[in-house]
Amino acid sequence: MAPLLNWYDFDPFHDLYHWLDKHVESWVVYLVAAVIGSAGILTFVGLGALVNVWLERRLIGRIQVRRGPNRVGPFGLVQPVADAIKLIQKEVLQPDAADSRLFNLPPIIVFIPAMLTFAVFAWAPDLVLANLDAGVLYLLAISSITALAIFIAGWSSNNKYALLGAMRVIAMMISYEVPMVMCFLAPVLLAGTMSVAGLVQWQQHHFLLAAFVPMSVLIYGLSATAELNRTPADIAEAESEIVAGYHTEYSGMKFGLFYAVELINSLAVSGIMASLFFGGWWLFGVEKVIPAWIIFILKIYFFYFGLIWLRGTLPRFRIDQLMGLAWKMLLPLALINVAVIATEVLIWQEADLGGWVLAPYAVVNIALTAALVVVFFRIVTARFYRLPTRVILVRDIQVPALPAPASSALRPPTPLPQ
Amino acid sequence: MTGIDDTAVVIAFWVMAVVTIGSALMVATVHDLIHAVLFLILSFVGIAGLYITLSADFVAMVQILIYAGAISVLMLFSILLTPRSARDNAGVSYSAPIASVAILVAVVLIYAGLSTDWAYASNGFTSTAREIGNALLDPYALPFEVASVLLVVAMVGAIVLVRPTHEAGGTPLGEGEQF
Repeated sequence: MAPLLNWYDFDPFHDLYHWLDKHVESWVVYLVAAVIGSAGILTFVGLGALVNVWLERRLIGRIQVRRGPNRVGPFGLVQPVADAIKLIQKEVLQPDAADSRLFNLPPIIVFIPAMLTFAVFAWAPDLVLANLDAGVLYLLAISSITALAIFIAGWSSNNKYALLGAMRVIAMMISYEVPMVMCFLAPVLLAGTMSVAGLVQWQQHHFLLAAFVPMSVLIYGLSATAELNRTPADIAEAESEIVAGYHTEYSGMKFGLFYAVELINSLAVSGIMASLFFGGWWLFGVEKVIPAWIIFILKIYFFYFGLIWLRGTLPRFRIDQLMGLAWKMLLPLALINVAVIATEVLIWQEADLGGWVLAPYAVVNIALTAALVVVFFRIVTARFYRLPTRVILVRDIQVPALPAPASSALRPPTPLPQ
Repeated sequence: MTGIDDTAVVIAFWVMAVVTIGSALMVATVHDLIHAVLFLILSFVGIAGLYITLSADFVAMVQILIYAGAISVLMLFSILLTPRSARDNAGVSYSAPIASVAILVAVVLIYAGLSTDWAYASNGFTSTAREIGNALLDPYALPFEVASVLLVVAMVGAIVLVRPTHEAGGTPLGEGEQF
């Protein structure tokens, strides 16, 4: 095939790497790779943040039967730019009593974990910026920094609501980190590697990990939604309770950075979901026709669409419901999951079975997950059963008739005053 | 293969060393306790960087996850829950004896570090996660289990301490009663 037809592929970089490797020292190769890779990721993330603003507002508008932004440009496409210009023009306020040295740090610090997450993703077979051996652990370690940034934001604002919001975020993040660590253990045990690229490669040889560890997919999906602070779990910025939570005092572009980080983090979570459980750039051989990195980005946006859908449809949880979900449901399920997967891996290794054993494992795990989820959620939610389980319109509510007094039994009912 | 004597690694080592020691000094000299904890976190991150230059990637990740992510948050919470230490805590007492103890410890550590005949690791980065896992579950299985039992005991103790009693009139959250 003519090389011009493959302009969208990253093979030139591959050739560049081999050429550099022969001619210059290794650290120059590392430097060039780091600069090119970081520039690529920055471009993707920057464009992604712009696109996501539009996508999110339009789609949520669609879900909630309204139009969404449609005035600036065709289909409102230039809306994100208009938003950014508005935010930059706004006056940046700072409370008098705020800790001014700390107050300006959080909008910058929250960006660090959001950006660093993308470094370990495998965008194509040989396209990894940092193929870390402890990649999965790296993802967890990085995400724990976000809590610190939010704490600094809440504390330095010197505002009750900001501090309350920050405390809520940290309580939530620490709680959901526990089931998240546990659910990452299952794919790592099964594949025998902690590198994200290695996990994708394992899935290429066997099958999507989602089939073997469905419980992990479920737990990661739920806890990632909570960690993202998006609407089903955005108790940290609940307008009806604590104004805007930890970013109450931030205005202008500082607030804009918090908003952008939320969108970038959603992309990062979708990317983790796609590469750990749904094959990354691999898609049953389609990656030979369509470039692998396009498949990966499509997968990221597929899961991002799911997040938007959740945000558009679900109301907000109460804080006790959210903490209860983490500690009473997800943690026990994650523990059972790890025990089951570890036993299966032990049997697989000790009995020296072939790769065929993965098929029955998938069947067993999917059945077990479905059974556990149904049984467990029934038991834990049993005390909530007297709450309505479906929507009842006011006019459909059956009010039991009062016993009529004996004297008026034969009299016709008095007509209502007109 | 990149070795420990590479220019980049040496530069990284010095940057990380300056960050670690500088922020550790700030921890001791800064007046605001919250600022002190934040500098301590920076110091933890610097130590994680030093681990990476020693090609201990797993330990570095765990350092960030446990120290910068969890323990620091615990410290911040305990500061916030101690009313006198939350803000305006400029008073420092016993600075002279504490400084002398710190200098003593530093002298002992530096002497031990300089006089020990260190074993040199082989040059080059290798994955350490697998070795650490094998070491924890084979020769060091007993200490590992003891540590986990200790942590479970601590967790149960914490739950027992904060458990609301019905005599006190407190109801545990999450009952759905107030709905």
